[in-house]
Amino acid sequence: MKQGKLWSWVIFILGALYFLVPLYATFDFSLHIRRDHLSFDAYANVLNDPRFQAAFSYSLIIGAAAIVVGLLLVVPAAYYVRLRAPHLRPIIEFITLLPLIIPAIILVFGYIRMYNTSSLIPLLGTNFGSDVLLTLAYVALALPYMYRAVDTGLRTIDVQTLTEAANILGANQATIIARVIFPNIIVAVLSGAFLTLAIVIGEFTIASLLNRQVFGVYMQNVGANRAYEPSALAVISFVITWGAMGMIQLLARFAPKTARLD
Amino acid sequence: MAEEFLRIDKLVKSFGGIPVVKGVDLGFNKGEFVSLLGPSGCGKTTILRMIAGFERPDSGRIVVEGNDIAHLQPNQRKIGMVFQAYALFPNMNVAENVGFGLKIAGMPRPQREARVEEMLKLIGLSGYDKRFPFELSGGQQQRVALARALAPSPRMLLLDEPLSALDAKIRVSLREQIREIQRELGITTVFVTHDQEEALSISDRIVVLNAGSVEQFGQPFEIYNRPQTKFVATFVGQLNTLNATVANAGQKTVTVGGATVTIPSLPATLRDGEAVALTMRPEAVSLADGATRDIVLDGKVAEVHFLGSVIRLKVDLGDNAISLDTFNDQRTPPPPHGAPVRIGIASSDVLVLGN
Amino acid sequence: MNSVSSVADTAAGPVSTGPVARVGGNPFRFLTTLRPGDILAIAPFILFALLFLVMPTLGLVVGAFQDANGNFTFDNILQLGGPQIVASFWISIRVSAASAVLGALIGLAIAMAIIRGRLPEFIRSSVMTFSGVASNFAGIPLAFAFLATLGRLGLVTVLFKTLFGFDLTRSFNILSFWGLTVTYLYFQIPLMILIIAPAIDGLKKEWSEAAATLGATRFQFWRHVGFPVLWPNLLGTLSLLFANAFGAIATAYALTGSSLNIVPILLYAQIRGDVLHNPGLGAALALGMIVITALANVIYLVVRTRAERWLK
Repeated sequence: MKQGKLWSWVIFILGALYFLVPLYATFDFSLHIRRDHLSFDAYANVLNDPRFQAAFSYSLIIGAAAIVVGLLLVVPAAYYVRLRAPHLRPIIEFITLLPLIIPAIILVFGYIRMYNTSSLIPLLGTNFGSDVLLTLAYVALALPYMYRAVDTGLRTIDVQTLTEAANILGANQATIIARVIFPNIIVAVLSGAFLTLAIVIGEFTIASLLNRQVFGVYMQNVGANRAYEPSALAVISFVITWGAMGMIQLLARFAPKTARLD
Repeated sequence: MAEEFLRIDKLVKSFGGIPVVKGVDLGFNKGEFVSLLGPSGCGKTTILRMIAGFERPDSGRIVVEGNDIAHLQPNQRKIGMVFQAYALFPNMNVAENVGFGLKIAGMPRPQREARVEEMLKLIGLSGYDKRFPFELSGGQQQRVALARALAPSPRMLLLDEPLSALDAKIRVSLREQIREIQRELGITTVFVTHDQEEALSISDRIVVLNAGSVEQFGQPFEIYNRPQTKFVATFVGQLNTLNATVANAGQKTVTVGGATVTIPSLPATLRDGEAVALTMRPEAVSLADGATRDIVLDGKVAEVHFLGSVIRLKVDLGDNAISLDTFNDQRTPPPPHGAPVRIGIASSDVLVLGN
Repeated sequence: MNSVSSVADTAAGPVSTGPVARVGGNPFRFLTTLRPGDILAIAPFILFALLFLVMPTLGLVVGAFQDANGNFTFDNILQLGGPQIVASFWISIRVSAASAVLGALIGLAIAMAIIRGRLPEFIRSSVMTFSGVASNFAGIPLAFAFLATLGRLGLVTVLFKTLFGFDLTRSFNILSFWGLTVTYLYFQIPLMILIIAPAIDGLKKEWSEAAATLGATRFQFWRHVGFPVLWPNLLGTLSLLFANAFGAIATAYALTGSSLNIVPILLYAQIRGDVLHNPGLGAALALGMIVITALANVIYLVVRTRAERWLK
């Protein structure tokens, strides 16, 4: 029995080393840009680089657009599948899992063949068209997570009963969605949004093949040409991921909880 | 009965500094069916788990057939156990579940199969051997769990609230079946329950537990009719309370409803003029038209509950209210709500309970 | 709590039994009960799925069987047998399998330690939270982190040299098969922990107690009950981890450039500049990837359904 506990500690500590050493090493490396002393110059170099600023803000804009488009697609679909068409549920859920089954590189390859300049919908012919395509690609990447987050939110509040209760009290459909459903799933919606951000912010494959200068592509460029800045970028990226996931954890505490019988 | 099969001596157990079992002494006979009855948190499950070996006593002994089993691991004790949540192994079918203990014991396959067959017949599930637990109802799963516990012929059977997860109907039929099988095998059985009706109907003897101590240990008839503490009286069965005043403690007389009555069970420690609560079971109170009783009181019918074979009346006596049970009689309908009635109680049925 | 595990949960549920069985029975029954509001709510979603998930993928599948002039051919598929492509698939499969198997074993060990090892409760919640982050920390920055750790000037490499006088780079190259595998473990292990933790929680305490009263030792319990109950989950998660690694490209690209020619990197180069000199072969390569990841996912879904059925 005692021995079992010892083993648990050994395994845990070895695991912790594997996961924490690279983080420490990266941070340590990022401080060594000056030969004689530690400094944050690598961070300053990155943050002051106009290409970083452009790429990062572009990524944020595309990420925000993907969140908005994703929510517009997912919330009504998830709501109606729960409420009106539960028999569609398997089909819709299967669709939401497709992005996990089809690797991103396959998706973007398909896009390039389908939306090139000589196709019926030549999205790739213009800059704006490419931006739109990148946004939609990110919507696809985040779809499993977004749908799951919203659907979980709907499940915990028991849409059916709430809608019926509101109906009996005389509320119309618009009021129900705006005043009853949405306030109850806002936490789930925000979780979905932060997850989307975490996935999209450092994405490389799709953006690179669509020739979009996003944060991920910028990082790859820096990685190929600089020594210490990549470590600074990795630290920044880890902080962003940690922040987005932390927000989700924080939000989970505010999630509405209703008793359910099943 | 010469020697006790299971002896529990000064058993003490606390969790995180909170005492859960406070010095329990018990002795069970071979082949006996004993229930541990009490509210949740009374320590009954902890005692059972100490017998099984899942919890280690802080002090005290558990002796089976003359041997202290404290040093034995649960898998060395040869004690069968049935859990509240069935706990069938989900990856095994019924036959594999029932045969698990035999397989561990190294019994060769042909004998094992015969024994499994025999056990399934015993619980009335012959032909279910290839089913998986998720294909069975709760009652069937619990019967399989019983067969699994009994298959290796343990020297004792422990049942931890085995019926509480089941529907009311199945609960009654399964408890009858458990008792039948237990009698057939003559296996010493300890049954944990919080349901007093269950304990009364199934047991040879009942241990009533409260807050980690034994309140009373006896046959169901004794426990119900001669409760030794107020806790036992109120926890097991319904109880009426009638306020009275001690008239003469030496002569065991009290004043109730304007009359002076002798109460044989009146404790001698009371003083004259002191208030005293007389308690009695609903079935000890009768409608007293014509018949003479020791205590006769007048009141009005407050509530009538027709329960089928029994009719329970609630009678308002002004300063007291009393429930009484009478048997249904096809020729006499129960008195209507608000009707004046006279009730009678035999003084020998009155209990005066200390705290 | 975490995205990946929760999506995995859905995968196990209605999806696996649903679409095939139900749609097969009467695929268009739902059309008769549709109202305009429903169409308005679901149509954009379906349209999006068709235009940006289904059709691009089907386009590649069709493309794999077309020559330059759009005529049907098996040529592209046959050319997948060429030595360069076979080598790519082989290294991809090896990296994915190694990172999946190691990730599953190590992830299982850590999950067992934090759940059943009687470690303080805060360790468990911290590990779960960290796993949520780490399983999403992949791609370019992960490659940078491992270069800073095990690269030529990495912290661990330098430490080994100064402390033990041992040159790590002689026996271990971060730009190699094992380098990539060790890096992939950084997201594979947390993913395993996230998915397997609920399954370990699902092992009821009563099962081990029941086994004990029937005479079984702890080892016998794990051999006959604990491990067999976890097995479908382990197998399922293994396939999921395999698919996860097989489709990944950014980490490998940033780490090794094109020195380690895994399939996604070969495909990336093909999309960029038609290095294979045959667009149809690119599509065939994509088809090969789809087949392998789809197969791994199907195994995951099927096996999970079986596990769920048991644990009801």
